[in-house]
Amino acid sequence: MGKRLMKGNEAAVHGALMGGCTHFFGYPITPASEIAQAAAFYFTSAGRVFMQAESEVSVINMLYGAASAGARVMTASSGPGIALMGEGLSYLAGARLPSVVIDMQRAGPGLGNIWPEQSDYNMVIKGGGHGNYSNLVLAPSSAQEMFDFTRKAFTLADQYRMTVFILSDAYIGQMMEPVEISGPVLHGTRKDWAVYGDAASRPNLISSIYMNPPLQRKHNELLQDLYRQLEREQVDYQDIQTEDADLVFIAYGISARICLSTVHALREKGVKVGLMRPKTLFPFPKERIRELAEQGKTLAVVELSSGMMADDVELHVRGRTTVLRYLTMGGETPTVQELIANVERDLMVRSGGLSNV
Amino acid sequence: MSERTEVRFSKAKAFYDTFERKGSGDKVTHYCPGCGHGTIQKLIADCIDELEIQDKTVFLSPVGCSVFSYYYYDTGNIQCSHGRAPAVATGVRRTLPEAVIISYQGDGDLAGIGMTEIVHAANRGENITVIFVNNAIYGMTGGQMAPTTPMGQKTPTSPFGREVLRDGRPMGMAELIASLSAPVYVERCSVATAKDVLKARKVILKSLQNQVDKLGFSFIEILSPCPTNWGMDPVESRVWMQEQLAVLFPLGVYKDVTTHLVAVDPGKFHSPMDDDKLRELLRGASEVPVQRSSPLPHTQLIKVAGFGGQGVLSAGELLATCGMSEGIQVSWLPSYGPEMRGGSANVSVILSEDDIGSPLVDHPNVFIAMNGPSLDAFEDAVAPGGLILVNSAIVTRKVSRTDVRVVYIPATELARQEGLLSAANVVMVTAYLYITKAFSIETLRRCIPLVLRKKAYLNQNLALVEKVLDHCVRTAGSAGSDESDGSAGSENG
Repeated sequence: MGKRLMKGNEAAVHGALMGGCTHFFGYPITPASEIAQAAAFYFTSAGRVFMQAESEVSVINMLYGAASAGARVMTASSGPGIALMGEGLSYLAGARLPSVVIDMQRAGPGLGNIWPEQSDYNMVIKGGGHGNYSNLVLAPSSAQEMFDFTRKAFTLADQYRMTVFILSDAYIGQMMEPVEISGPVLHGTRKDWAVYGDAASRPNLISSIYMNPPLQRKHNELLQDLYRQLEREQVDYQDIQTEDADLVFIAYGISARICLSTVHALREKGVKVGLMRPKTLFPFPKERIRELAEQGKTLAVVELSSGMMADDVELHVRGRTTVLRYLTMGGETPTVQELIANVERDLMVRSGGLSNV
Repeated sequence: MSERTEVRFSKAKAFYDTFERKGSGDKVTHYCPGCGHGTIQKLIADCIDELEIQDKTVFLSPVGCSVFSYYYYDTGNIQCSHGRAPAVATGVRRTLPEAVIISYQGDGDLAGIGMTEIVHAANRGENITVIFVNNAIYGMTGGQMAPTTPMGQKTPTSPFGREVLRDGRPMGMAELIASLSAPVYVERCSVATAKDVLKARKVILKSLQNQVDKLGFSFIEILSPCPTNWGMDPVESRVWMQEQLAVLFPLGVYKDVTTHLVAVDPGKFHSPMDDDKLRELLRGASEVPVQRSSPLPHTQLIKVAGFGGQGVLSAGELLATCGMSEGIQVSWLPSYGPEMRGGSANVSVILSEDDIGSPLVDHPNVFIAMNGPSLDAFEDAVAPGGLILVNSAIVTRKVSRTDVRVVYIPATELARQEGLLSAANVVMVTAYLYITKAFSIETLRRCIPLVLRKKAYLNQNLALVEKVLDHCVRTAGSAGSDESDGSAGSENG
């Protein structure tokens, strides 16, 4: 099958349709508007539902309603919009409703700007709203993965009855690359817990209230069990030339792409570096990080934030090795040359300088 | 007559036999003595029975005193976040065309935090029924001031009385909703007296019948007593409702256009394409056939920059499409957002035999400058030994760098001669291919139709390619050869 040249944003909509999504509710925000625009065209053309809501608050509650009624639902937004959805995301988690949310990260805080950051990491990985809950978070780093991950997100959401986030960034969404629209068209099936407005589903209740604390505790424990199950079943990452590496980059999204170029450039210079790219940020590839730490490799977290993922990496490294932080904020991205200079400086310090400290 | 009385005092089928909220086997609700919710909810249950819509009904419980409605209604139930039930109802409506959806909301929920959701759901004319229970305070949280609280009323958050300069005036929601064009039925009623209750039942029945008939959005406001938070006994509270609330919020029909309406087709949004048709839709016209000509000399890190409207992004798309068509790796990354609307645009394109890491081009080895400001912006970034192509029809200065190869092409002029005002991009791409031999010109000819938005201009564009090739040949020794002194290409455009 041939490929089409398309933006990550457009690829996500193709993935959604192929993944059986029937309802897209959206609200414009740069740099995610193109997803809503593509959905407006393709969902409507395909006889599915696209609707522009009056706010992100309404968007997430429309998802809540359509998911309650058994539909495969999605939206796409960026930092400020995702923040507005926080309460609704918590309700989705509490009521165990499947949904898919794409966050094309931009720079913050506040209005910030429309260039990429990865500073929604904490908001999305740690939940985004109130209460003890998590989302399954996928991190694509190409237009093809925008298609592939979005396509499979709906099945995962149904399987675990939870929100699946596609945590991407402005560049991955804006970039055009060849995309292969592959695989069969997937469809959701009838859910025994959903409310269909018919006799069979009449006893069903969608709710996140447990006024009795022991029941709320049980519900919370069930959610935590679910998240542990995710860690057993869904951790995904890509290793690139890590085996003999002295230093391993850890990065996702656009940062991983820049790291890949840096790995190639440094390898040409004979510097042994590699890349471990998490494809799932929750569940996080903590075992893999522990292994890399135990092998004594220096880890360098490259991200467009104040070090949000680096904190998680250090949590699992537990002091076993050095964790370097190559951080960029504000909508800028590091150049390959900058990363090369960082690595050369830090590896030299570590091999030559540290013993004297 | 006796039969009617019997029905009225029996338990509605739409209610569960027992209410488990306060314990197994319980038959009382959680509502306070004298509260209006119990009365109103019983009326709704009766109407569900009468219309025989129990299986089809989806009841939305809000946040407020009626949060536990799902303990009473033996229907599909969804509990919603504070104020958002109309948005949830919209989601359900767009999924279940045949369901009967009841959004049951209090005044804090609907007129306070949920004002946006109710106004927009009403304005869209969602085919739902909203039961708005107005007791002029926040009941569940302890009687605080609501948007509907009368002037001067003392509540825990207005201990000295509602005051206009601080708190504004009470809002009439029936009046507000009726001012929109889409709602089909808006009425305010009350449960203060037995007569009011009988009237309210008729109103609720009509609002549900409207929905069954798919007529559109019905909004029923019901004035309801809250003796507990008003600090009155149930009888006092009903007197106060008649003397105060019903004066502030007059009862009656605010809008009713149901008599001259026809049903809305709910199938409009629910006719999904079959899988084969969907694949066809997604495949589109722009799938790129792969046909390999010759290997790429080296990775091309290309930057194209110019005014918005010069086809900068399309030039990049054409280059990337040529690359795809040759089966190599490509990436295309634009400047975007306000930049695109502000006048200048640039795009990074990478063409490579290997997997592409970063799609960002910091130091291009090919730079196509469509205008002067772009040349100023990126000239210094070009990698030593790189190629700069200058649109000399617009750029008046020469390139100052001496460590790069420079070719001047009067692109805008050549395009204009062919009758194309915005095809300077095609000129530059053609010249780039002629000079670098990155791909065959045949590949370019194959890819132009895939990228061109205005298909009517296809032949002119293809003719333009030939014209540019002619131009390059005529100025050979310049365009076609190594020139680093800035004098290559055509003479100053």
